Amino acid sequence: MSVYTLGKTFRHGVHPREHKEQTEHVAVERMPFVQRYTLPLRQHLGAPCQPVVKAGDQVIRGQVVANPGGFVSMMLHSPVTGQISAIAPRRFPNGEMVESIEIDADPYATQQFSSLPPIEWEELPLDEFIKHVQKAGLVGMGGAAFPTHVKYKLPEGKRCQRLVVNGCECEPYLTCDHRLMVEDAALVVRGTHIIAKKLGADSATIGVEMNKPDAVIALNEVIRQGEYENISVVPLRVKYPQGAEKMLIKALFDEEVPAGKLPLDLNIVVNNVGTMAGIAEYFDLQKPFVERLVTVAGPGVERPSNLMVPIGTPVRDILQHCGLSRETRQVVMGGPMMGQPLASLDVPMLKGTSGLLAFTEEGVQHPTEYACVRCGQCLEACHSFLNPSRLARLARAERWDELEDNFLMDCVECGACTYTCPSNVPIVHLIRAAKMALREQKAPKS
Amino acid sequence: MTTMLIATAIMAGLGIVFGLGLAIANIYLRVEEDPRLDILEEMLPGTNCGACGEAGCRAFAETLVSGVKQPSGCTVSSEENIVDIASFLGVDAGKQEKRVARLHCAGGIAQAQQIAEYEGYGNCRAAHLVGGGGKGCSWGCLGLADCEKACTFDAIYMNGERLPVVIPDLCTACGDCVEACPRDLFEILPISQALLVQCKAPLEGDEARAVCDVACDACGRCAQDAAPGLITMVNNLPVVDYAAGGPAHPKATHRCPTGAIQWVDGQQFEKSKPVPMTGVHLD
Repeated sequence: MSVYTLGKTFRHGVHPREHKEQTEHVAVERMPFVQRYTLPLRQHLGAPCQPVVKAGDQVIRGQVVANPGGFVSMMLHSPVTGQISAIAPRRFPNGEMVESIEIDADPYATQQFSSLPPIEWEELPLDEFIKHVQKAGLVGMGGAAFPTHVKYKLPEGKRCQRLVVNGCECEPYLTCDHRLMVEDAALVVRGTHIIAKKLGADSATIGVEMNKPDAVIALNEVIRQGEYENISVVPLRVKYPQGAEKMLIKALFDEEVPAGKLPLDLNIVVNNVGTMAGIAEYFDLQKPFVERLVTVAGPGVERPSNLMVPIGTPVRDILQHCGLSRETRQVVMGGPMMGQPLASLDVPMLKGTSGLLAFTEEGVQHPTEYACVRCGQCLEACHSFLNPSRLARLARAERWDELEDNFLMDCVECGACTYTCPSNVPIVHLIRAAKMALREQKAPKS
Repeated sequence: MTTMLIATAIMAGLGIVFGLGLAIANIYLRVEEDPRLDILEEMLPGTNCGACGEAGCRAFAETLVSGVKQPSGCTVSSEENIVDIASFLGVDAGKQEKRVARLHCAGGIAQAQQIAEYEGYGNCRAAHLVGGGGKGCSWGCLGLADCEKACTFDAIYMNGERLPVVIPDLCTACGDCVEACPRDLFEILPISQALLVQCKAPLEGDEARAVCDVACDACGRCAQDAAPGLITMVNNLPVVDYAAGGPAHPKATHRCPTGAIQWVDGQQFEKSKPVPMTGVHLD
């Protein structure tokens, strides 16, 4: 009996080695302030932000520097007290150049955040509440950076019956959500309480994988003391990709979100634990989203840490703070399964960055690719019940129509198939390239 | 013995019944088709490349017969062949300017800044997805030859700088490379339009020069030196519009500090010789 056999879970999936021992018991530290911060105007899904400052302006920590460019967009706040040095294209983690606000930190400022009185959220109508969440600049902290407030805008006829809080953290190496739940369990529960109350949810469930028993204990303790009757913590079996919202719902309630539908169609809203803590901080202290927890780990890091880092800090500074070894060959932003390898270290850390992993030669070796032996392991791994090996073959042959018939668009790119493939076929990479090609075809070139 | 006879008789009977059915269908459901279509299809190259704008050679033959298009609309056929087709149909061959695919990037491995090494599936789209490939310029050519693979006519080869070179004589302007390039670097242009901007990075000044030696740094000198209206600066890049002004003259390129705008007479990257690609992992 172990964390891999007990507890609720979904069907299929894989068990990658967790590698969490590096940082899971390392207390959160604060990243020292550095010289220069870069805030890309397009670091969330949706419309880019509209800057409200210009080069040369003085800003203080937490001050609004850009307004949302639409409903599906966020406010951006300055992570530091300092001066705007430029608004120009700067390199983004995906390699592109993106219009960004560059801020030089004032070396003599205290960088202290002065909290304001709490917001009376209980009196606010839902629309006003949603505007406040947008003002807080909160995005989904799992990695996709979907603006949080959009999830609370319930369409006609839908209601949020159940609130699900995602504390799975199923990606290997990452431990920032784990540390947050252990050290700031009160914040997570407080945020969950606010959202559950505001959306009128009957129950709120925090799903935590069983490899984090201390987090379950900490959360339960807060819930017991605060007498939050409708909030419960459910320990889940350890399996990847349980943190995908549809899988989490399947694991918790044994209900399936149909392909092409959203959790809201089952009257469920899913949020990350980090987002919940952000909600609590904003409504109780009026602290906007200017910093987040990042796990810095991997064999290429000398002092693996969980860091509280201001948004926009250059990746190079964060890695140097943790001691980047000379042997490092690859740096990945996010988790090792779904994260983005960086082409340059001179890119800022974003609102959706949960981890920075440095790998040495050993970790980045590209094993020889062999022909598919039709063993079916990828089919066993795929939680969406797709046929990854067929998708990969069709993608290689560029047979776009057949790819669509084989439900290419239902793939969430979790990478479980590639992880499990004994022939080292880059399945998920082929699928991603095929998705890009299909999207290009749908939206003809101008 | 009788069983065999019965079976043979039944099969023969079925054959006669279905044969009659087909014969009747041939009389009443017949679709009249111009007999010239088959001959024309024979005469056309049969590559179904789509450069004429039709779905294939047969579809183009139909437009020829109906007189919607002229034989010269087929850019693949040789001139003699077009004359043959025109005389067969008894129509004017028409005139069409030779068009070729032009690459709006000249940043080979020696000119463009390399910030990382891409290892993985050797395909431009796949590389574009991983940190934007290894080049510092996120607009430039990724050099993994998606266009070369897409070209039906072997008109594209990768040179020693890992840039695709289009051979004008072989290019039929079918546009497959335009579709294949994930960074939209190809454009089909009349071969007479020699004034060519070989850069797509909308950066300015030092920022542009930092990513590539031959990037356009948006100084605007070409726009000043060219005939009024011919070149306009849009989004930090010169846009050449032969219809808006002229005549074009190579002197517009003379003051370009980086060589991003070039007077290309014939093939692009003339100086580079066809060198087999080495050190690149391609599947």
